[in-house]
Amino acid sequence: MTTTDHVQKVAADANVRHFLSRIAFTIILTIIGLLFALPMVWLVLAPFDATPTLSLEWPDWTLQNFARLAENPYALRSIGNSLLLGIGTMLIVVVLGALAAYAMSRIRIPGRDGILYGLLLLSSIVTGTAAMVPTFQIITQLGLINSYVGVLLVLAGGILPTVIFILKDFMDSIPKSYEESARLYGAGPFRILRDVVVPIARPGLAFIAIWTIVQVWGNFLVPFILLRSPDLQPAAVLMYTFYTESGQADLRLISTFALLFSAPVLLIYFIVNRRYGFRFHGGIKS
Amino acid sequence: MTESLTTSTTTPAGSAIAPRRRRADDVAGLGTARAGVFVAPALILIGVFLLFPAVWTIWLGMTDYRLTGLQAASPEFVGLDNYLDALSDPAFWNSLWLTLIFVLFSGIIGQTLIGFGLAWSVRNLRGWAKALIEGLVLAAWVIPASVASFLWLALLDRRSGTVNAMLGTEGNAWLIDHPMEAIIVFNIWVGTAFSMQLFSSALSAVPPSQIESAKMVGASGWQQLRDVIVPNIKGHILTNTLLITLWTFNTFTPYLVTAGGPNGKTEILSVYIYKTAIPGGQLGLGAAISLIMLLINLVIALGYVRVSRGRTKR
Repeated sequence: MTTTDHVQKVAADANVRHFLSRIAFTIILTIIGLLFALPMVWLVLAPFDATPTLSLEWPDWTLQNFARLAENPYALRSIGNSLLLGIGTMLIVVVLGALAAYAMSRIRIPGRDGILYGLLLLSSIVTGTAAMVPTFQIITQLGLINSYVGVLLVLAGGILPTVIFILKDFMDSIPKSYEESARLYGAGPFRILRDVVVPIARPGLAFIAIWTIVQVWGNFLVPFILLRSPDLQPAAVLMYTFYTESGQADLRLISTFALLFSAPVLLIYFIVNRRYGFRFHGGIKS
Repeated sequence: MTESLTTSTTTPAGSAIAPRRRRADDVAGLGTARAGVFVAPALILIGVFLLFPAVWTIWLGMTDYRLTGLQAASPEFVGLDNYLDALSDPAFWNSLWLTLIFVLFSGIIGQTLIGFGLAWSVRNLRGWAKALIEGLVLAAWVIPASVASFLWLALLDRRSGTVNAMLGTEGNAWLIDHPMEAIIVFNIWVGTAFSMQLFSSALSAVPPSQIESAKMVGASGWQQLRDVIVPNIKGHILTNTLLITLWTFNTFTPYLVTAGGPNGKTEILSVYIYKTAIPGGQLGLGAAISLIMLLINLVIALGYVRVSRGRTKR
């Protein structure tokens, strides 16, 4: 709607109040937009500033900070660690989730829908924060503190119910006639799953794979309580370490690291969100 | 992990066109036994790392388990002592009270109202303005928590923070003088995207004919909102409120901004549990408080189930 539209409308309605309220509305919306943008401006400008401070200022443009980041022994390794945790969790949940979802989609187990909803409910009740103490204690007892195995299993256990739920939806929508004909030609269940179902369900599996990596990428609490050595820390924890444990915060390092760590999820998010829409939101933020 | 609770009510494209089963299900000749083999690994993993911890909390909360010392090697059963300790500790009640304020203002009021306001405001906008506003709100939601926290530390910094520079309040220590307000605003900034998206899809499902007839009889914007829109999206409002309550109640991110301080002024329940159990080493007491948290989660989740059941029946 343009201003001229408004003016014509106002003239027609002789309704000045309406016009004023539109102006107020535009101003308020702009202010809210600016408030949302404000904290992020630093993230975009500071990494390219030769002498970044905490204030917002027009940068003295440089790319030197990124070269410095590459020299930090922990920074790039932590990004690698995040990838490792993301891909590891993704492999576990995609394989186990696809198997379970397929079986649940094709075999009528008594109370199946109840089980599915029960699992989903369980995963929303037993959150990372509410289960932090028992999880920490169990992982300690199992001797898995400071090992990726513990982190992977805990993350996978928390995500799997959602994965099974979404994948079962995808599996339900696959026409059964393909499987029937494959079976007529003598293919066994494993072969049918591998050569017929998985190729058709590929969009669903890809969606779950990306979704899982994004969830794990930003997860702070699980690696924070289960990992000890700085070598093993993923980027989410190292970022926190950078600004809490160093005496004088190195803003050149922090700003570039923050941008490097945030950019992949922002990119993935906006690309995938455009394709899949609302489904991509939410998840294990805590 | 709570996401699909929502997807199940917003009817994603995939499931809407899913064919209802009409013939034999087991077309691949899987058989019940093999199906069990397929399902088992996932269920075992969920059982051990999701269900068991919840059950384990009950036992752990009745021991004097500690991280170090004698009680670490041989914890003793202390019955309900931890619960009595927690319930008689002013710090626990303080934490519960702070949590209530935090959830109420940042979740139920802040995120819901601003999210709805944004969805309502941009519903008729087209092109770049809508994409920009939605994009900004979404970006705040997607940025990893530890980065978002630092951005707010920079913004609210005492000496060179942007807020002080803009308001001309040099030297004002927001995180020390107004820590609760700070984490409430921070959490609104982080979480509003969800409500905005949910209400956007809800608003687009309101029959345009109803809005048209309301306009024809001369209803003002406010009257349309009250008499047409709200009754139509009542279910979404409830869903949104319950999910936001659950998530806000369980968030740990404020810890990254204030670490529960100063003097426990932002020690919401999640932070209180963490500090008691892990740096404080009192795992037994921490587990007892965790059980209280799990029970509150259970109540909210059951409320959600009731609401969504009621809606599908209608």
